[in-house]
Amino acid sequence: MQVVRSHQSHRSFSSSSGSVSASPTLPLYRSAPELEVRLEDFESFAIDRLRVLKGISDGLSRGKKPDEMEKLVNELWKTNMRHQDSSQVLNKDIISHFVLRLVYCRTEELRKWFLSMESALFRHRFRNQTAEAQRAIMEEFDLPCKAVSNAEFESLKEKLGQVARSIGHNLSLSTTDAIYYKVPFEEVPELVTGRKVFINQGYAYVAMNQVVSLVATIFRSLLSKALILTNRKWATSIREQEQHRLTPIVEALCSSYLGPDFSQPKEYGEISLKDIDQVAKSSFPLCMRHLFEKLREDHHLKHAGRMQLGLFLKGVGLNVDDSLAFWREEFSKKVGLEKFEKEYAYNIRHNYGKEGKKTDYTPYSCQKIILSTPGVGDHHGCPYRHFGEENLRAALSRMGVNSRAMEDVMGKVRNRDYQLACTLTFEALHAAPCDAGINHPNQYFSDSQRLLKAKKDSSTNVVDASTSSMHRLDAGNLLRNIRGNS
Amino acid sequence: MTRQGAYKESDDMLIDEPKLPQQGQIAALPNEFNPSYLKIYYSKLFPHADLYRWMSYGNDGKHPACDSSYLGRREFSYTLDNDIFVRYNTFNSATELENSIKDKCPLKIDIGPIYNLNPARRNAYAGDNVLTPVERELIFDIDMSDYDDVRYCCSGADVCLNCWPLMTVAVKVIDTSLRDDFGFRHILWVYSGRRGVHCWVCDRKARRLTNEQRAAVADYFRVYKGNENNYKKVSLMGQVLHPFLARSYTEVLKEYFETKLLTSQNLLSSEERYEKILEMIPDQSIASELRGKWQESRRSSSAKEDINIVRWEQLKQLLQKHKAQVVRRCVEEIVFTYTFPRLDMEVSKHMNHLLKAPFCVHPKTGRVCVPINPNNCEEFDPTTVPTLIQLLEELNREGLRSDVEGEWNKTSLANAIKLFRSSFLQPLLKICKEEMESSYNAKLQQSKNLLSW
Repeated sequence: MQVVRSHQSHRSFSSSSGSVSASPTLPLYRSAPELEVRLEDFESFAIDRLRVLKGISDGLSRGKKPDEMEKLVNELWKTNMRHQDSSQVLNKDIISHFVLRLVYCRTEELRKWFLSMESALFRHRFRNQTAEAQRAIMEEFDLPCKAVSNAEFESLKEKLGQVARSIGHNLSLSTTDAIYYKVPFEEVPELVTGRKVFINQGYAYVAMNQVVSLVATIFRSLLSKALILTNRKWATSIREQEQHRLTPIVEALCSSYLGPDFSQPKEYGEISLKDIDQVAKSSFPLCMRHLFEKLREDHHLKHAGRMQLGLFLKGVGLNVDDSLAFWREEFSKKVGLEKFEKEYAYNIRHNYGKEGKKTDYTPYSCQKIILSTPGVGDHHGCPYRHFGEENLRAALSRMGVNSRAMEDVMGKVRNRDYQLACTLTFEALHAAPCDAGINHPNQYFSDSQRLLKAKKDSSTNVVDASTSSMHRLDAGNLLRNIRGNS
Repeated sequence: MTRQGAYKESDDMLIDEPKLPQQGQIAALPNEFNPSYLKIYYSKLFPHADLYRWMSYGNDGKHPACDSSYLGRREFSYTLDNDIFVRYNTFNSATELENSIKDKCPLKIDIGPIYNLNPARRNAYAGDNVLTPVERELIFDIDMSDYDDVRYCCSGADVCLNCWPLMTVAVKVIDTSLRDDFGFRHILWVYSGRRGVHCWVCDRKARRLTNEQRAAVADYFRVYKGNENNYKKVSLMGQVLHPFLARSYTEVLKEYFETKLLTSQNLLSSEERYEKILEMIPDQSIASELRGKWQESRRSSSAKEDINIVRWEQLKQLLQKHKAQVVRRCVEEIVFTYTFPRLDMEVSKHMNHLLKAPFCVHPKTGRVCVPINPNNCEEFDPTTVPTLIQLLEELNREGLRSDVEGEWNKTSLANAIKLFRSSFLQPLLKICKEEMESSYNAKLQQSKNLLSW
């Protein structure tokens, strides 16, 4: 890809990139395009695509259903990825993707996010391709799947029908529905997971409409490998070569898109152990409050719960010694001091980057917590998602949510807008708006503390609170719109 | 069969070893765990050579295609006395492995993954994440304490013959699926020593699965979802059940629920217990009707029939003829809730998860982690699994009678080791050799083709 200054004439290639494009409208991004692109397009194309990806990220973390996501993706794409010159639409698609590769190849977390969003985007766009185009793409991807012969289909028809009906697809025996592909089960983990396919002797039988999943998996793994290579190239040559031109743009794109991840609290020791019970009641979001209460009650939490709560406390400002004291106080009541030191202290220190490979772990964001899977004996996860309705109502009323707000919250929960439910809870309890929305438990905490402190400091702070919330609105909105990392 | 580089039994006799407790002494002691007993166990009974042969997967140096670094890239962890935990132990030969175990006498041996390089040298390389797992058996861990909400005979660490059938069900359901659905053949089931079972799937394909693929398989097996924060833990949607669930139900779950667990756990005999089941019925009027019926009749009208069975029939009658499918489906949901396997997902999902090695001795029960034959797992009895003390007593009795197989052949451990070999190790090694041969020949052919004009 050649980046040129705007005053230089740019030749646009009418056909697509140097990468073989099996479909006329959906590029596979297999190799960097032989295109020239203007410097300002370099940045603006990337920002447009980022809006699409961020929109997808938002949609996913709200637990939107597949057909809702489909609509969302179409809208986002139409709105952001247009170009006044229709022959340039495909180029914009390709260029923006490759620019974002540069931006998002640089750390493990960035890569993971980019991979998830681009894969989701690809999956939805693939679904909208014609059958012809889809077949062409499958061929391009060398899919190790064979069409199931008629004979085999006849022998398995009943079982295949059962699977289809078990997932709500009615297998009418028309010719198109009778097309199945046979593929080793490990190629389609998403379908295996939900028991969405019939599996026999190591092979999964995939319906035509499920082929999307297959293709998406391959897309994802190719992109994953490409990102690693891109990172290497960036670190070893591109960053330096382009230090006066592209590098500042790439780095700006990235850092302005990193929302606060709360891995470096402003100062440790912000909350003291004596106040922690009080502070838990007033400023913890429900997920952390639940874990905290269960810990006080049972003097124990399972591993996932310890991680979720422990990292949250770190983000809140509890330093490693206070943290050890806190956990020790609770756990020693159940397992004894000695066992605590032997079995649990190490992990706490590990979370602070004091042991092992010394990674400083970051507190979990709402998206991550919502996607977790609490099982028997677990108390982690997002209560708005994982609690049954009765239990959730009880927990919220214990927190002090009044009955009217409760109905609003439950409405959001039913709609699977878990983060909005939490936001409403926040607003009800603090009698103040939270326009930026809750995206991170530590954000809930710091917003809450800020509000409470403002109320305490002075009575004329009503004005201050509103102006600060206005500033927060701008920063918050900006962050929400352009944050690349949840 | 030669045991490559292994200790000869006779060498051991010359070394000063801890004395076997006398007959009277053992009777006086409860089944208490004593590290000196372990020393004898490791020196005379533990099947070192078998462990080596398994872990080598055919890379024993006898074939030109053998990978000499293979074993050395496998992690073993020891739990030593005083709760000292040592990771990243590696060995390059059968002798090293055996000597280390005999020397260190670990309370527990865990087996980890095979890494891309020898983990002992991990610090020699710069950078993070240099050490990555490349192979690892597909493993499952089923623990009876995860069923505490559906068993009343015991709780926590205890197991008895009334609740053990839950493990039998788990083995049958998962084993059948692993073989018929996923096409795996080299599967080892092991008693965990106290209250559960472990499963090791050792096919080459299984060993190479990624974390995501493992998570998919574990999730395929997952039906029970939830904890005390929601009460509807099994939700079977869809007009019909997926063939895997349907088969499990008709071949295993229904029978075990209706003929064993219903009665042995008295699931419907008291109000507290039947309320938990009534709670799962989405139609309140049916639940009330049953509640009313059962509150009246404290004892079954016919003294011959078990009250649980009578009540279950009544429940089924009412639910199965309901016009709403969600109500009819409730019968299966109840059965699944009370019987379907509950796996520890985290154990299966991560390649770097450590799992206890077979033939370890459980420190709290003294029982040996012996293999379970899935073909007759209904006959497995956890209360008669050999204990360390029992084995030592048996050794004591047999005295110095020599046995060409090894000391273990004089004890109850013999059956366990023979089962391990015949049903698991030998078929596995045979396949490994065959695969090695064929890939080697393929490479030879390829290079011949390149060279030929």
